[in-house]
Amino acid sequence: MSRRIEHTPVEYLRVTDLHAFYGESHVLHGMDFVVNQGECVSLLGRNGAGRTTTMRAILGLTGRRSGSIMLDGKDVIRLPPHRIARLGVGYCPEERGIYSSLSCEENLLLLPKVASGGMSVEEIYAMFPNLKERRHSQGTRLSGGEQQMLAMARILRTGARLLLLDEISEGLAPVIVEKLGEIIRDLKAKGYTILLVEQNFRFAAPLADRMYVVEHGRVATEIERRDLPSKMGLLRDYLGV
Amino acid sequence: MTEIFGFPIQALMGQLVLGLVNGSFYAMLSIGLSVIFGMLNIINFAHGAFYMIGAFLAWMGLYYWGISYWWSLILVPLAVALIGIAVERTLLQWIYKLDHLYGLLLTFGIALVIEGMFRHWFGVAGQPFDVPEGLTGGFNLGFMFLPKYRAWVIVASLTVCVGTWFIIEKTRLGSYLRAATENPKLTQAFGINVPIMVMLIYGLGVGLAGFAGVLAAPVLQVSPLMGSNMIIVVFAVVVIGGMGSIVGSIATGLMLGIVEAIPKVLYPEISSTMVFIIMAIVLLLRPAGLFGKER
Ligand SMILES: Nc1ncnc2c1ncn2[C@@H]1O[C@H](COP(=O)(O)OP(=O)(O)OP(=O)(O)O)[C@@H](O)[C@H]1O
Ligand SMILES: [Mg+2]
Repeated sequence: MSRRIEHTPVEYLRVTDLHAFYGESHVLHGMDFVVNQGECVSLLGRNGAGRTTTMRAILGLTGRRSGSIMLDGKDVIRLPPHRIARLGVGYCPEERGIYSSLSCEENLLLLPKVASGGMSVEEIYAMFPNLKERRHSQGTRLSGGEQQMLAMARILRTGARLLLLDEISEGLAPVIVEKLGEIIRDLKAKGYTILLVEQNFRFAAPLADRMYVVEHGRVATEIERRDLPSKMGLLRDYLGV
Repeated sequence: MTEIFGFPIQALMGQLVLGLVNGSFYAMLSIGLSVIFGMLNIINFAHGAFYMIGAFLAWMGLYYWGISYWWSLILVPLAVALIGIAVERTLLQWIYKLDHLYGLLLTFGIALVIEGMFRHWFGVAGQPFDVPEGLTGGFNLGFMFLPKYRAWVIVASLTVCVGTWFIIEKTRLGSYLRAATENPKLTQAFGINVPIMVMLIYGLGVGLAGFAGVLAAPVLQVSPLMGSNMIIVVFAVVVIGGMGSIVGSIATGLMLGIVEAIPKVLYPEISSTMVFIIMAIVLLLRPAGLFGKER
């Protein structure tokens, strides 16, 4: 038989009935989704749907939470954020989270290594020459695009196997967005698992193996990449584009 | 020449040195207060009490346990840091999410309890503490007499201040501390154990106060009230220098020490008010302090 053997997917992240609150306001109403090892999964949705909150809830950055978050077979919902990160989760936040009290290079080196196999600083500087040029500048003196590169670059150094990427293409020039696309493809080839939140559908669509549409803090529908062409109409309805 | 505008040079220079000595204590105490406030969001009213504990431990070390001044200089700050960490773990960690006011009240209460215990044990009278051997006497510089111990206090404090600045601004641990001060939640989500950083900062801050206490023991009287006498001016230093700036704390501490001391020769009545006059002016012109960042 010449058919390629399909590996049975191994679950890396499984979120089940996840509820999350900010103070009294109930934002996630039972999120359910799975990201398999080596997969790139995208969360789509309108503004305020709860995608950023989902990532923050996985890391323990929201208020009260309930449900379960299985990471590599282990429920992490009771762990403090630094322990979750140490299990190999890298986070690129929507607001970028560049520190003004740290230089560009200190920002890059801040994150502790969580596993072997991360990129070296030289490789990162080769990929983002801007960061090398500006390495002694105060973090927040970098341009918006440079800060976005830095936010992405610093998690590539850590060896984290699961990347939570929130709107990484936002505010970047088309060439850089293209480069980010290549980086993600490359990371996938290396076996990284990626959860991608994107406003830019044209950026996310070619990268994602699967997509979940999020609405009002829960998953409204799941779309496999191969079904995408037939479901464009449905997607348009959900996203209102 | 022995006078400037009719004021004796000897006395002026003497006050200048005394001002720098006091200023060194202000600098060390205000660095601690300001890093603690930055990270814990707590105005540490107990800071003066830890400074007093430092002085008393040095005194008890010398007269009860035969621990020399030099050993105290190393051991006492560590002991004070440990006491601070115990206080942080048992009491302070529960109120970080509450308003500043609670932290202020709690640490004020802690200060009263600590002071009360020392008053109970030792009374309010100051305990004399001999200048350690090797630092007695002084240098005759011609225009003034510089006591060796005062020179030592200034040098030792500045060294420790610069060391603290170096740790916080130039090392990896320092970058963790700065990051945790700026954005604790995100920093923790990056894998850094922020609760431990918070504990370390409190230990470091009060440890510096303990070190200042040991240095102060031979200059000032060792008394349960020495901390509360000091702390008000130190708060003024932090306000004038600006929260969160280490260089600001050092420079402002020394400056205020001098500003307070010089009038003692020129116009003694105003000397203790000077600091607060400056504080009022600075707050009017630069509400974030001389070295603070406007928000
Ligand atoms: N810190 C907060 N406190 C209270 N409510 C919040 C907070 N952050 C977000 N929310 C609310 O939670 C909901 C989901 O927000 P979230 O940021 O997760 O949306 P999103 O899907 O990432 O949208 P966007 O495209 O705007 O980034 C929104 O209704 C928002 O108002
Ligand atoms: Mg968002």
